[in-house]
Amino acid sequence: MLSKRVIVCLDVRDRKTTKGVKFKDNVDIGDPIEMGKAYYDECVDELVFYDITASAENRPIDIEMVRDVARNVFIPFSVGGGIRGLDDMHNVLLAGAEKVSVNSLAVCSPEIIAEGAKAFGNQCIVLGMDALRVGESDAIPSGYEVVVKGGRERTGIDVLEWAKRAEELGAGEICLNSIDADGTKAGYELTITSMISENVGIPVIASGGAGTPEHLREVLVEGKADAALIASMVHFGEYSIATIKDYLASNGVRVRRL
Amino acid sequence: MSSAKVAVVDYSAGNLTSVALALRHLGYDPLVTSRPEDIAAADRVIFPGVGAAGAAMENIATRGLDESLKAVVARGRPVLGICIGCQIVLDHSEEDSGTTCLGLIPGKVRRFQFSDGIDRKVPHMGWNEVEFVQNHALTDGIDTGSQFYFVHSYHPVPTELSVVYGYSTYGDVRFAAFLAAGNLATVQFHTEKSGPPGLRLLSNFLSWTP
Repeated sequence: MLSKRVIVCLDVRDRKTTKGVKFKDNVDIGDPIEMGKAYYDECVDELVFYDITASAENRPIDIEMVRDVARNVFIPFSVGGGIRGLDDMHNVLLAGAEKVSVNSLAVCSPEIIAEGAKAFGNQCIVLGMDALRVGESDAIPSGYEVVVKGGRERTGIDVLEWAKRAEELGAGEICLNSIDADGTKAGYELTITSMISENVGIPVIASGGAGTPEHLREVLVEGKADAALIASMVHFGEYSIATIKDYLASNGVRVRRL
Repeated sequence: MSSAKVAVVDYSAGNLTSVALALRHLGYDPLVTSRPEDIAAADRVIFPGVGAAGAAMENIATRGLDESLKAVVARGRPVLGICIGCQIVLDHSEEDSGTTCLGLIPGKVRRFQFSDGIDRKVPHMGWNEVEFVQNHALTDGIDTGSQFYFVHSYHPVPTELSVVYGYSTYGDVRFAAFLAAGNLATVQFHTEKSGPPGLRLLSNFLSWTP
């Protein structure tokens, strides 16, 4: 049977892995290539690299870094941040990434999802979305609003509507990040994760809030996510991929082991 | 670097970088090519690929690769198909309202269809176990039940069960994930992205003498 995936996210700034809380107060914690390789050796199922400053600096993603990652890890990895169009997507995939993640770009120009899916296949296109809890209203029936620019800008778009639209457009996966939970280590946002997962036919990766292995179990079981994204809890050595997977396996969650 | 000539067939918009990098990691310098003469001259051939069967077959035909692929298989060189390459070796695929394929192994390609009450997302994306049901040189040293990385919405349904060396199960569909017939072997999973067991399978292919 299909395993639930444990995905490690590396936010990259100037070729260094960095980590902040709610997109602020970043500290540098290591070399992304070495860290990616180490997680690969530890049996992580997938990696995500976000170039967190490419967009703000209006420059293309660091393609050399993508190539270096691809030479060292032989599992799928996706790349996001600073994707400005089809050419950028193509370059990232040619450099060896399996998937490309679009977020703000897709909100401004949803057709990029359809164009990317047509050019490279649906499985290559991951829609990243940042969700902010705003309470249910006529405009936002799910109670969660899509925000962009690292959570700084609200869009007026309902998260659930956007997820369904993205699937129609051809996204292969949705990476749902809760702005409220991000960096808190208090657990994933289960409500919106299960709502999205039950309403789309494509895999949902839960992101934001992981602090303990139990949080992953919760979101993979109660939150119905197909994969759980983690960062701080492993970046700072608090947990290893092995301890997390041991916990999940002994609590009835099917995971990949070497 | 090994001096053996390994050709990776470039027949679609599919991403071949991962396959090429995995081969380099194993000490080979593959030639990524869409030229029939390169394929004819290769010691070993890998045809990978993502995307849809219809587009794949169209690209193969446009580039005149259907005959060279059939010829290289007929000449007894080791050939490995990956993902869509595992599907287009069969006779026919349901994808793209029906696509005629290469017909190297008898059988069809069907979309995942589960029994009533079983609800699974399609594509089948992620890590899944492969149960080896016959010994094969390509799975030498790999435990049965090892997990490999899959991304696909259709799966092979070969006519003869004797060509099936490995099965995987998604929902209530048990499907052929590793097929082999003579010097042709194909895997539905992305062996190049499947970590240590995937690299081992590739490495086994590179030393395989069928």
